[in-house]
Amino acid sequence: MTFLTYLIKGISLGSIYAIIALGYTMVYGIAKMLNFAHGDVIMVGAYICFYAMMSFGLPPVVAVILAMIVCTVLGVVIERLAYKPLRAAPSLAVLITAIGVSYFLQNAAQLLWTTNPKVFTSVVGDGSVKFFGGQLSISYVTIVTIAACLIIMVALVWFTSKTKMGKAMRACSEDKGAAQLMGINVNTTISVTFAIGAALAAIAGVLLCSAYPTLMPTTGSMPGIKAFTAAVFGGIGSIPGALVGGILLGIIEIFANAYISTELSNAIVFAVLIIVLIVRPAGLLGKQTNEKV
Amino acid sequence: MNRISKTTRSNSLTYAGVIAAFIILQIMTGTGSISSSLKGQLVPICAYVVMAISLNLTVGISGELSLGHAGFMSVGAFSGVVAAMSLQQAIPLAPLRLAVSMVVAGIFAGFAGVLVGIPVLRLKGDYLAIVTLAFGEIIKSIVNNLYVGVDGGGLHFAMLKNANSLGLEEGGKVIINGPMGISGITKISTFTAGFVLILFTLFIVFNLVKSRTGRAIMAIRDNRIAAESVGIGVTKYKLIAFVTSAVLAGMAGALFAMNYSTIVASKFDFNTSILILVFVVLGGLGNMWGSIIAATVLTILPEALRSFSDYRMLVYSIVLIIVMLATNNPLIKNFLGDIRNRLFKPKRNKKLEGGGTNE
Repeated sequence: MTFLTYLIKGISLGSIYAIIALGYTMVYGIAKMLNFAHGDVIMVGAYICFYAMMSFGLPPVVAVILAMIVCTVLGVVIERLAYKPLRAAPSLAVLITAIGVSYFLQNAAQLLWTTNPKVFTSVVGDGSVKFFGGQLSISYVTIVTIAACLIIMVALVWFTSKTKMGKAMRACSEDKGAAQLMGINVNTTISVTFAIGAALAAIAGVLLCSAYPTLMPTTGSMPGIKAFTAAVFGGIGSIPGALVGGILLGIIEIFANAYISTELSNAIVFAVLIIVLIVRPAGLLGKQTNEKV
Repeated sequence: MNRISKTTRSNSLTYAGVIAAFIILQIMTGTGSISSSLKGQLVPICAYVVMAISLNLTVGISGELSLGHAGFMSVGAFSGVVAAMSLQQAIPLAPLRLAVSMVVAGIFAGFAGVLVGIPVLRLKGDYLAIVTLAFGEIIKSIVNNLYVGVDGGGLHFAMLKNANSLGLEEGGKVIINGPMGISGITKISTFTAGFVLILFTLFIVFNLVKSRTGRAIMAIRDNRIAAESVGIGVTKYKLIAFVTSAVLAGMAGALFAMNYSTIVASKFDFNTSILILVFVVLGGLGNMWGSIIAATVLTILPEALRSFSDYRMLVYSIVLIIVMLATNNPLIKNFLGDIRNRLFKPKRNKKLEGGGTNE
């Protein structure tokens, strides 16, 4: 039964990684950039939700929606101010800019909200559901997290395959020039991608802090790196890949934590990543592309 | 002047610049006209300069994005300090002990470089970046859980337990104490040692770049398939660049660590790797002089911004973003280029005419 408990815990943590990884993977797919500021958007989302609930006494649902709106705006503003002027620049320049944005968000958060850790109150309450006569208990947070992840995933797959904007996104990630010739507004499409990624980051931030309730200006950075790893693990640029990568990473982390060593769990997660990438250099579900001269 | 090639000239200018800076700083230290905070930063600046040059070899010359360079620094720092501490009696002369421990640090970091390089260099671009990042985190976790002690019987190692499990004899000393890192380091790093290490690094990197090997490395960077087709062994040359870079980083790590009395593994985390990458990118890929300047300025900058107190890191990040935008946006670039052209046009024409009369 402990095995099952750990498995569910892993899937739950993995779902959070998967939601964050989606933001990475979609932005990478379309803008070909590693958006290192993504992890810090998570933190901002969590803070907005925290203050909306604590200081303004808003109901959790409203607080989450408010966090999503703020993060969406933040994501679009970041994209417009910092990334759009660098569309034609070498990828390293964009990477450093993204890191600059990440520092900016962390330090702005430090000034606004101080470094004192806040204790986040779960948005779904503290109860749990019991199975097998109380042997297996699953908290509401876990259930909501896994459900949210599944809903988001289905919605995104539907969005990218059925709607006009979703198709435009796929077209842009395939070939920006050709997409433009077909009358797709590439800049708008990229902005929408950032907006969706940031909104998802807000959800992930709230879920993350509901499960692990310490909130600090640096809260987002480690999950951000892990989720980025998850995105690469599953094959960066692929939406199902982000789900698979995220969940596997979560399970590996929890199992390593429980059965091998708490201190080395991060090392084990990253070691597995390295092994997977050596065997499958484009990630689990990534497309293998042949290089041509 | 024309007979000396352009690279030789810029290389000797770099050497000259470093030597001049060293002499000026030595004179300033001698006359006491240097602030104590800057004085304390001299050795870290040297270490960061070496880190930046060595990472520039990987990123700028070899064209591989590495996000785990601090990992090699960490390996070098810890192995170097362990070497220095266990040789305390054997080599009483501090500069020699520092040199020996730097060599040890370089060897260990180079070994780590081979270990990481062989599997990792098969990957490309962003995948390589993420694996180097992962490697940096693994190193951090491992060193965080490593216990090393020394006694009459030699070195003792333990993982994941505590310092007692080392089973040290009477009078033995714990060197690396897990997450607490190393404490009680004898500070033997000096500015002069740092200066020598910078010159050594420049010497290695410049000569490597100028050699046949260096040309092969750059050929692979510019077009891997074309380089392969003329018979260049991609993995071998990439590995040479990567391991050289790791060795230099390890030596910088040893220099850095022995400037402090305590050192912990979490000092060499992802943020440190990123910091060094920022030096390299701001200084210009492949431009060693740029790396030196960027590393120096950006190490001093947070201190210089102390008057902004809480806002300094915020200012730092804004400066970083603005510099990246200013140097890479085509609009701003063209605008700056225009100004430069307008300012220097007469001069350039004169030069052209001068060239004409020579013929």
